Amino acid sequence: MDSVFIISYVVIPLLKIAVIVLILSGAIAYLTLLERKVIAHIQVRLGPMRVGWHGLLQPIADGLKFILKEDIVPSRADALVFTLAPIISLVPAFVVFSVIPFGPPGMLEGVLRWALSPFFSPETVQSIVESGSVSGGFVTDINIAVLFVLSVSSVGILGIILAGWASNSKYPLLGALRSSAQMVSYEVALGFSIIGVLLIARSLSLVEIVQKQQQDQLWYIFVQPVAFVLFFICGMAETNRLPFDLPEAETELVGGFHTEYSGFRFALFFMAEYASMITASAMATTLFLGGWLPPFPSVPAFSFLHLVPPVIWFLLKVFLLLYIFIWVRGTLPRFRFDQLMKYGWKVFFPVALGNVLVSAGVLLRFI
Amino acid sequence: MLASYIPVLIFIIVALLLPVVGLGVGRLLRPYKPSASKLMPYECGVDPEGDARDRFSVRFYVIAILFVIFDVETIFLFPWAVIYDQLALFGFIEMVIFLGILLVGYFYVWKKGALEWV
Repeated sequence: MDSVFIISYVVIPLLKIAVIVLILSGAIAYLTLLERKVIAHIQVRLGPMRVGWHGLLQPIADGLKFILKEDIVPSRADALVFTLAPIISLVPAFVVFSVIPFGPPGMLEGVLRWALSPFFSPETVQSIVESGSVSGGFVTDINIAVLFVLSVSSVGILGIILAGWASNSKYPLLGALRSSAQMVSYEVALGFSIIGVLLIARSLSLVEIVQKQQQDQLWYIFVQPVAFVLFFICGMAETNRLPFDLPEAETELVGGFHTEYSGFRFALFFMAEYASMITASAMATTLFLGGWLPPFPSVPAFSFLHLVPPVIWFLLKVFLLLYIFIWVRGTLPRFRFDQLMKYGWKVFFPVALGNVLVSAGVLLRFI
Repeated sequence: MLASYIPVLIFIIVALLLPVVGLGVGRLLRPYKPSASKLMPYECGVDPEGDARDRFSVRFYVIAILFVIFDVETIFLFPWAVIYDQLALFGFIEMVIFLGILLVGYFYVWKKGALEWV
């Protein structure tokens, strides 16, 4: 292997991954604070105020506490699986970000040329910059990215089932069973809602889907509004968020699948949940809200919106969706479990199926 | 083309480091004082009654089977959707037949009451 290959497929991706993992960990920590603050203000409270100005250092204090707390493995638990479960839950939630496009291809070209030119000959720099997805605003661009995200994020369910089983305690097992039943029920409707977008974009690569939205000159939310609503609701159910947080319904099941978890292992489950919230928002942004594109990408009157860097547009949209996640939590009560299964199979599934058929039928007129 | 999966592999390794380092560092810092009642499974304060890995509702199995069938159907739709512009009317009719068979099964399951929870 030559040095160009190693630099463009190992070194530069590694740098990007380090940046993404660091930012993601920070984002997860501050998302918990944002959630506590927003929920508090919805309920006319103040939320965390003591640690730092308006509680701004609260996530750091929480993180320290998680590391310093005693880590209890119950005597009846299966110690190995008990340790593995939170890791199995967290790793897929992070790995999904390897294919999510934060910015357009070629975004980092200038920076890379500037950084590499003192060390390499101009020809080498040119071949590094042009190889693969090195200069893009994403770690890698694989041609089955949509399937990759769906399948990798499903692995997280295994972590939850294993946690419930390994705890060998009644509440965690019930929570884990509920959780897996709920996740698989909503995954079917989630898959169907994505197909509406694929019919129009004709690609499984997330980068190409955003580029197609640029070519077609509109965000796909305007042609697939039903699919967007379905995707967002199913995303909420997939991430076990209110009103679908049955697996950890405190009033019935104590803590659900993580009842027996304490200390840093509990923190891992917590991080996995928030990471998948960010994943769901990022996927919704990419598929329906035009990814890194500004609003009205082709209208000349709004061309000044292109002055804002694409990454900022992407992050703004993700933040907006995350805010809606929290807002919904502060507003709606929890479903009953039979209602939850009824909505998943008897409402969302037929609607998603109908949406695919109608979209395909309407598209026949345009090809 | 396969080279574009190398960054995914690196990402998995980096993502694994995070919990492993966290647990490792924590082990050096945190206290460890186990006692019989601390290690007991939580059951609202009373001593646990029997084994937790007991029988549970058969409906969970039904849901699992339904998921396998319907999720595989979804996967079949992905390649179809990507080349839909080339298949056009043929693809549309083919998929209506395919989904028709799926729907027959769906209504059978509904009538059988497998989607009812209570």
